[in-house]
Amino acid sequence: MDLLEYQGKQLFARHGVPVPGGRPATSVDEAVAAADYIGYPCVVKAQVQIGGRGKAGGIKLARDGHEVREHAGAILGMDIRGLTVHELWIEGASEIASEYYASLIFDRSAKAPLIMLSTKGGMDIEEVAESDPRAIARLHVDPLLGYQDFHGRRLAFEAGVDADVVRPVGAMLAKLYDVFVAEEATLVEVNPLIVTPQRDVKALDAKVTLDDNALYRHADNAALRDISAEDPQERMAKERGLTYVKLDGDIGILGNGAGLVMSTLDVVAQAGGSPANFLDAGGGSKAEAITSAVEVILSNPSVRAVLFNIFGGITRCDEVARGLIEAFDQIKPQVPFVVRLDGTNDKEGRQLLADASLPNVHAESTMDGAARRVVELAG
Amino acid sequence: MSILVDADTKLCVSGITGREGTFHSLRNRDYGTQVVAGVTPGKGGQYLERIPVFNTFHEAVRSTGANTAMIFVPPRFAADSILEAEDAGIALIIAITEGIPAHDELRVYNIIKKNGRSRLIGPNCPGILSPGKANVGIIPAAFFKQGNVGVVSRSGTLTYQIGNVIAQSGFGNSTIVGIGGDPVPGSDFIDMIGLFEQDPETELIVMCGEIGGDAEERAAEFIAANVTKPVVAYIAGFTAPPGKTMGHAGAIVSGSRGTAAAKAEMLESKGVRVGRTPTDVAEVAASLVRV
Repeated sequence: MDLLEYQGKQLFARHGVPVPGGRPATSVDEAVAAADYIGYPCVVKAQVQIGGRGKAGGIKLARDGHEVREHAGAILGMDIRGLTVHELWIEGASEIASEYYASLIFDRSAKAPLIMLSTKGGMDIEEVAESDPRAIARLHVDPLLGYQDFHGRRLAFEAGVDADVVRPVGAMLAKLYDVFVAEEATLVEVNPLIVTPQRDVKALDAKVTLDDNALYRHADNAALRDISAEDPQERMAKERGLTYVKLDGDIGILGNGAGLVMSTLDVVAQAGGSPANFLDAGGGSKAEAITSAVEVILSNPSVRAVLFNIFGGITRCDEVARGLIEAFDQIKPQVPFVVRLDGTNDKEGRQLLADASLPNVHAESTMDGAARRVVELAG
Repeated sequence: MSILVDADTKLCVSGITGREGTFHSLRNRDYGTQVVAGVTPGKGGQYLERIPVFNTFHEAVRSTGANTAMIFVPPRFAADSILEAEDAGIALIIAITEGIPAHDELRVYNIIKKNGRSRLIGPNCPGILSPGKANVGIIPAAFFKQGNVGVVSRSGTLTYQIGNVIAQSGFGNSTIVGIGGDPVPGSDFIDMIGLFEQDPETELIVMCGEIGGDAEERAAEFIAANVTKPVVAYIAGFTAPPGKTMGHAGAIVSGSRGTAAAKAEMLESKGVRVGRTPTDVAEVAASLVRV
């Protein structure tokens, strides 16, 4: 789960990471009240989970209430790369002497947290990594040892931060490591991490990704999920315990098991088709789950044909067939279905479908054949 | 021969009294696996169809000589159960549980590595099947027979699909290992391919990868340097968009790394044949070794 900037900063503040003071706002009047409380000059910042907010005009400096009103009015409702702005973060303006970059990521290859620090902050770090890889100091922390002060000194000296802020930068990294571990994050990124003319260090931005699997231990964080930012079909699928990812094409896909579904998308694409979604009905799906899944797939108006590709292990093909028959009964789909059932109880499943003689349902015996057929039918 | 599980496997199942745990433990036993014990705290002294249940792994090992553990408990208890099995000295731990927090997996991985006495397969994996010898996990064994192809995969059902087309070409399997779809698997392709290289029964190795991480890329380097047997690979997720998790927690493309195309290219540059579809994998396999 990705947090908005201000949610990340509130998390930072709880762990003692220095951040500028601020308040969230969802209306122009709230924004002005927040700015009056914080004082001027202040910054009006769009809260959306996407980079490039500044370039899109979603971050503006305001010197008085009049300017806050003007900027807040322009930014609320603004579209930033496909996302609508519903929330603002109003914070005190910071004076900047230097802009650094700091991040912690869950490095799955090294099986350890990776800390990165650079004095080239404020810009796209992937560009820095490309053009000047030596400008980024990197260090893995043994998760059984945890963060030690020497880690911070090594990173700060290697990155070449100003000598007078080596200590506070190290202290900030220690606190960011606390956030990473205690909140069970998979990413904590601060860009820019600033040094003020008074030589204070502060996190001017916050990008935090939390591990969904750990949210049961963090009820406060779980409550931060922004349902309005989720795709409506993806939300509907999640509520029904299905894994659904919306794609751009017109062929609805249902399978069991993430790997098989990914493979099905590829085989359909190779046959010249364009998948409308990824949908993993999971292991051991019962008939109701299949019926729900059909509903989710067909709620996307682009779908012109649907492919069921099932290789039953725990999943029983007769249950899948029952779910599909039930779905036809309830939803009466208007698009053709191609169904390939293999594995546990496949004969029973195929027989059930044959007996039901559903309109516009085509049985295929192989994955490749089924993919070709559904592409033809989607026309 | 085969790898990891065989007729000498003595299995102890954590979570044996749960619904799924019971179902699959008994299925594994029906297949011929020696299921010698179960662990459910508080249910020690009971029996599940003649399988004794213990409160702790330590008691189970002492009483039955269990040498393999299967973890079937819910995610919030799974890391602890894996560590308990490790502490009890069990050499092979197979974790089926899906949804374990990433930081738990990180801690478990590093502890097991540091102590160096157990091997962990999974979590979030379908288990291990050595056809004709033992089945530990949820792989539907009926589709597979004994033979000379070793299979290692990040995905369960994709393994069945590929295994099935290979079986239809007449091949059997030495062992099928699901290493799981999580970001921090206990064992990766390299560990399993190394074991298959040493296994006399295995003549061909099939690896099924998917988007995300760099396990396939590292496997390519390893194969070029260490493996004499032919390897055929398959990668799922050519059409997956970046930034979206495709079902498995580990299947996400971030930035320009971890794409299916990059993985296939890397494998091919190291002499590994890459099948473009599961059917293609079977055809390439058939061209490389005899049944």
